[in-house]
Amino acid sequence: MPTPMRKAKPVIRWGSPSMSETSTVIAHQFDDAEQQREASTLGMWVFLATEVMFFGGIFLGYILYRSEYSIAFAAASNRLDIWLGLINTAVLICSSFTMVLAVYNAAVARRRALQTNLLLTILLGCVFLSIKLYEYHMKFEENLVPGAAFAFPAPHAPAAEIFFSFYFAMTGMHAVHMIIGIGLLGGLLFRAGRGRYSPEYFTPVELVGLYWHFVDVVWIFLFPLLYLVGRHL
Amino acid sequence: MSAAQTTPRIHYLNVSYGVRSWLVTTDHKRIAWLYLLSITFFFVIGGLFAVFMRLELLTPEGDLVQADTYNKLFTLHGVTMVFFFLIPSIPAVLGNFLVPIMIGARDLAFPRLNLASWYIYTLGGAFTLAAAAAGGVDTGWTFYTPYSSIYSNTHVALTVVGIFITGFSSILTGLNFIVTIHKMRAPGMTWFRLPLFIWAHYATSIIFVLGTPVLAITLVLVALERLFHLGIFDPALGGDPILFQHLFWFYSHPAVYIMILPAMGVVSELIACFSRKRIFGYDFVAFASLAIAVIGFLVWGHHMFVSGQSVYASMVFSILSFLVAIPSAVKVFNWTATLYKGSISYDAPMLYAMGFIGLFTIGGLTGLFLATLGIDVHVHDTYFVIAHFHYIMVGGAVMGYLGGIHFWWPKMTGRTYPEGWARLAALIIFIGFNLTFFPQFLLGYLGMPRRYHVYPPEFQVLNVMSTAGASILGVGYLIPLIYLIWSLRYGAVAGANPWLAKGLEWQTSSPPPTDNFDVAPLVTEEAYAYADAEGETGHPLGKPVDV
Amino acid sequence: MKSTPPISVKSYVGVFVALLLLTALTTAVAFVDLGGNLNVVAALAIAGGKAILVALYFMHLRHSSRLSWIFAGAGFFWLFILIVLTMSDALTRSGFSFAAQ
Repeated sequence: MPTPMRKAKPVIRWGSPSMSETSTVIAHQFDDAEQQREASTLGMWVFLATEVMFFGGIFLGYILYRSEYSIAFAAASNRLDIWLGLINTAVLICSSFTMVLAVYNAAVARRRALQTNLLLTILLGCVFLSIKLYEYHMKFEENLVPGAAFAFPAPHAPAAEIFFSFYFAMTGMHAVHMIIGIGLLGGLLFRAGRGRYSPEYFTPVELVGLYWHFVDVVWIFLFPLLYLVGRHL
Repeated sequence: MSAAQTTPRIHYLNVSYGVRSWLVTTDHKRIAWLYLLSITFFFVIGGLFAVFMRLELLTPEGDLVQADTYNKLFTLHGVTMVFFFLIPSIPAVLGNFLVPIMIGARDLAFPRLNLASWYIYTLGGAFTLAAAAAGGVDTGWTFYTPYSSIYSNTHVALTVVGIFITGFSSILTGLNFIVTIHKMRAPGMTWFRLPLFIWAHYATSIIFVLGTPVLAITLVLVALERLFHLGIFDPALGGDPILFQHLFWFYSHPAVYIMILPAMGVVSELIACFSRKRIFGYDFVAFASLAIAVIGFLVWGHHMFVSGQSVYASMVFSILSFLVAIPSAVKVFNWTATLYKGSISYDAPMLYAMGFIGLFTIGGLTGLFLATLGIDVHVHDTYFVIAHFHYIMVGGAVMGYLGGIHFWWPKMTGRTYPEGWARLAALIIFIGFNLTFFPQFLLGYLGMPRRYHVYPPEFQVLNVMSTAGASILGVGYLIPLIYLIWSLRYGAVAGANPWLAKGLEWQTSSPPPTDNFDVAPLVTEEAYAYADAEGETGHPLGKPVDV
Repeated sequence: MKSTPPISVKSYVGVFVALLLLTALTTAVAFVDLGGNLNVVAALAIAGGKAILVALYFMHLRHSSRLSWIFAGAGFFWLFILIVLTMSDALTRSGFSFAAQ
């Protein structure tokens, strides 16, 4: 049996266990719970860096075309429903709020509050997706979905179609990430119900929280870039 | 000649048997073997495509295959070799096996994620093979738009989906390595005591993690454009094909550093061991790895000098491309300085390492020619470029890979390979390689374009030489395949440290136990703490020694 | 046994309200012509501010290790490289636009 040689650091940090970690399962490759938590957290931040690059690529495309076709992009953006976009932004911000409350409640051992906040986050996420779906449906009805059926007033049509290509691609990728997040939250909710999380071990809640907030940050940039172009015109 | 003990010791290979134990393993060493089998398979497939290409190029006319078929051959050769062989090769095989052991850990930070990486890689490979079987793709491995996104009638979407999926395998491997190296080093293993192999894999992982996602989104856009007729890259609809090239090369240039950095890491280990000397300028080599990874992200536009890119941007990319050569040169100088007054032995791994240094230098120098705007206008899209990157990828990366496989073969298998055959194979590979690719520098300079299956008759002699070289190279690759498999059963049993090398991996048994070490390591010395050049124990090198 | 979280619920509420207010602000500002490119600059600045609030407080970056800061920043820095170098090409090309505006 290899003897663990890493010593737990004496400083008590956020979420670090200060008593025996009987409720924590330490994977065999780790020496102690703190190493496991640090590694998992770093892993999630590295993953989020990859996500920044993933969305970043399509943001670059958007920036390039907007700089070239600023008038057409403004005309196209004005066809988006600003109120639905605004409501969705508020919904996501609320869901981030309930998410941090969930993490907080896990840390202070309030299981019911943890479950409630996870559930609220899921529900708010579903509200967001429903509104998104409705928006997509409206765009379909208005012939603003790129492809054969796309129709837009004359001089701006090609560039507007590019705008809507980016609109659907960017919000679509974002929605896929939301769906995955809701799935992860569902998993957390299930395990929270089984009492898997405690102040000594709530790392998965923290990490899903990081992911969820990141998806929120993406929308924080998507909203002004897609919905608020040239509204003053 | 078998050793005194036919050991009943339990190690990672015999701890459990059966296909299932291999397919659900989370042991990084077993996962390394899974990757070894997969990438060897894809290497053979990619090689077969090359065989047909070189056969066609024996004659100036297009008499073996049609133009469309030839387009598919070079596309699939590139896609298979780049995405399914070269990019995973050293990191997924040697990196997976060695990173935890070299730093004194029991496994990677996320073993299940590691297994998932292999399955994801396999799934992506299956998609791409399906595309090949269904008729292939003819866009070139670079998938330039709008041909790939609109006009090609081949299985583009299926292929890019396969590559997209496999990209996640890379990302997760890189993530795993980064977290492991940061968080799981043994006591005493400070950053500057790490083997340079680890520094190289850390730098590679940075590229995996920050570059591959951009390729992923780019391929998504191509697939969307193709499936839904969007028009993001279609000039007729106001789209910009050069945007695709920016996005594509932002990943694909750093990707070449993914392919070479791990090989450089291997070479550092080999040079140190077979010179019985510390690597000269350890700090410089470590920082050079990071510098290559970072600066490598700033140069991608040198693939686009003649694409319509702004000449001002081209100038910037040209200067930055000169800059990126510097850390590579620093490494070559330091390896050479390590050899100076070293106690050098010429075992097969060392032959590969020395071959690497020479061939990588040639490939790298020709990269500088390509970075020069005026020259590039002349040789872009010719065989000069092909020769350049094959010198680096085959003369460099593949030789680094083979050197590493031979060096760590005793550790991975507990067996030694036949040294005589190994040296012969290394020599054949070296000769075959140069005969294949040096004529291509001349062909390119004289004007033969790449991706053409017909050419002017005056180029035939050089092409025949190249094909002849390729056949020799093929034989050279076949020989290790045979004797390495042979050695699994009939090779001499290896001790823990047959090379008398430094490094934590040599302080555990061959093969290692599942948890890598029987006693958790404590590191007290610098990397490559070899004694002075005269040697410490007088043991003859190159022979297996039971330690 | 409870560990005391370094960020209080009150702070979270504060950040939450700030995010909602900034959202309202960016929407309102969008309808005002600030001249030239300032609308975009304002929108991105506000979005950036919101993102920083989310990162520092909701994602606990304020109390995280330096390594987390580095990786949090690395993604954005690399994205910056991608955007700046690509746009340096797009903006200095002649005859960029293809089809009609």
